[in-house]
Amino acid sequence: MSIVQPHEAHWFEASARERIAGLLDPDSFTEFLDPSQRAMSPHLAQFNLTGAFDDGLVVGSGRLKGEVVFVAAQEGRFLGGAFGEIHGGKLVGLLRAARDLASKNGPRGVLLLLDTGGVRLQEANAGELSISETIHAIIEARLAGVAVVALIGGRAGAFGGGGIVTACCSRIIVSQHARIGVSGPEVIETNKGVEEFDSKDRGLVWRITGGRTRALLGGADRYVRDRIKDFRAAAIDLMANAPPFSAATLAAEQQRLADRLQRYGECRDAPEIWRKAGIFEPDRIADISDDAFLAVPRPAGASHDAR
Amino acid sequence: MTLDEVLVGLFPAGHTIERGPNGTVRGTGRLDEIGDVELIGIIDGTPLGIEGALMLAAHVLTLVEQENRLPIVVLVDTSSQNMSRRDELLGLNEYLGHLYKCLAFAGTQGRRTVAVLYGGAAAGAFITTALSTLALVALPGAEPFVMDLPSICHVTKLPLDQLNEMAESTPIFAPGVDPLFATGAVTERWDAANSLSKQLVALLQRTSGFGDRRDQTGLERGGRKQAAAIAERVKDEAAKHA
Amino acid sequence: MEQFQVRGTATRRAPGSRRQAIIGVNASGNLEVLIERVLPDNECLVEVATAITGFRDLWEAVITEFFERSSPGGLRFSINDTGARPETVTLRLMQGLRIMEDEQ
Repeated sequence: MSIVQPHEAHWFEASARERIAGLLDPDSFTEFLDPSQRAMSPHLAQFNLTGAFDDGLVVGSGRLKGEVVFVAAQEGRFLGGAFGEIHGGKLVGLLRAARDLASKNGPRGVLLLLDTGGVRLQEANAGELSISETIHAIIEARLAGVAVVALIGGRAGAFGGGGIVTACCSRIIVSQHARIGVSGPEVIETNKGVEEFDSKDRGLVWRITGGRTRALLGGADRYVRDRIKDFRAAAIDLMANAPPFSAATLAAEQQRLADRLQRYGECRDAPEIWRKAGIFEPDRIADISDDAFLAVPRPAGASHDAR
Repeated sequence: MTLDEVLVGLFPAGHTIERGPNGTVRGTGRLDEIGDVELIGIIDGTPLGIEGALMLAAHVLTLVEQENRLPIVVLVDTSSQNMSRRDELLGLNEYLGHLYKCLAFAGTQGRRTVAVLYGGAAAGAFITTALSTLALVALPGAEPFVMDLPSICHVTKLPLDQLNEMAESTPIFAPGVDPLFATGAVTERWDAANSLSKQLVALLQRTSGFGDRRDQTGLERGGRKQAAAIAERVKDEAAKHA
Repeated sequence: MEQFQVRGTATRRAPGSRRQAIIGVNASGNLEVLIERVLPDNECLVEVATAITGFRDLWEAVITEFFERSSPGGLRFSINDTGARPETVTLRLMQGLRIMEDEQ
């Protein structure tokens, strides 16, 4: 057990529960459908798997600098943090509650601590549906004025449907450890060959999907150091400054995605993009310290309110 | 069914279709009973990548700006998301998310959106083109799936015939229209024996509002027995706590 | 997978007022333990769900030793396991008990 203060701990190594404890105001968290209620997957036993009392997702309410927020934290080490029927249902219920309570004493924001490889194949159809239902509920919450903020920096990253959910949030926070994508590197390698993606090349994996690339391209809104307190500070900031879900936002997003494609569509690796963007020492972006990276000016189009 | 068979079957009174790059299409269809319908789609089993997603999103945003508020039918015969290092580098998740949001946005603006799946659709492409509309219909020949069975074998370490056997008693993981119908993803399964056009008219007349009750549908059909109740329990606890 | 219970008697009630705690993660080579204060003071119980079959005797030995060493009266420990080593099991049970004993 750690003697480190919860918010001083590293995000990457922390469990879902430890992240919540360090992120929120002390002793402010109330869990919904807590483990003693044993809302577990009915589908794992037939695959000879044991489950989790919270089905790998912790949901509840707490405070962030005094303001009420809802939180959902995926446990990336349980079945890769993947979406299953119960896991997904909990997330959908939380977002629907945020929507319903928005005009009453509801949450100012919903924090999604994503750490997922995507859909749990043993429950593939339920998992895939829950991704879509989650996105639907995110949109409804945003329309009700609730900011939905994704916090990514765990070992599973946000892949598959999790990558698409991420893109539907109002704001996205990443650390260096974060990875965001749709197809996992191994899947691309299996389908298209090692020339297309050598999934064992860790440097390549992070250049293509990692937090620094996302931050510099505008695929994430804030890059933070790996401490829970850094995620907390960013969440407080961004929750107060989230774009609405609207025609104007979507039009602006259409423009920025078209611009990105036009500027960098020929590039196959991150340093090529940084070179085109005029970033100093484009080949060293992956190697420099967090302090040095935070000092790198973001290229045109990377900072925006179009999500 | 081929695209032409689908279009003639849905719109015997006439249609227009224009093929664009990256497997995209757009056009219009005429239904005598209720008028015109806007069409967009991805065809020929083309994987959905950043160019295709961006183009389809542009079409949707153009349609949403129009005052006529015609229904939007999304024709789907894709495969999975594009498996490409370059697409992932450029943020494929954002391009897919953006298209999803545009189609969903149309639904929030009173547009009746219906995905018509007549070919393949898998994983991220399935989510983005077929699960983002107010309704999803499957025509004969539709092959929706999250992941193919051999890959599920590889990950779950179970042999194929055992998985096939398990799939007979639960629709929770297997590919295909029937399991996705039972779990609530597919709104309706249409057969070619009945008029596709009449089925589309009836569906459009029944479709309205941005609500999502697919988990309820999964419960009613017996394919997804707990999701709706779990969501409801969390919602209730949250309300009591507030 | 295998499911079974190991019951014990305790010479004392586990101190503390906490009603519930959870520790660990059910990942490969690991386990999660849910502890609930729901039994009479002189009883203790461990419920095991494990993906690795054939080690029941070893589980019973580890758990019985834990009961004898710690006397966690009143507590039910529920485990979801994917092949944790006996030392890890003992560690988690002890960690869980310590959390329950901490006054809030």
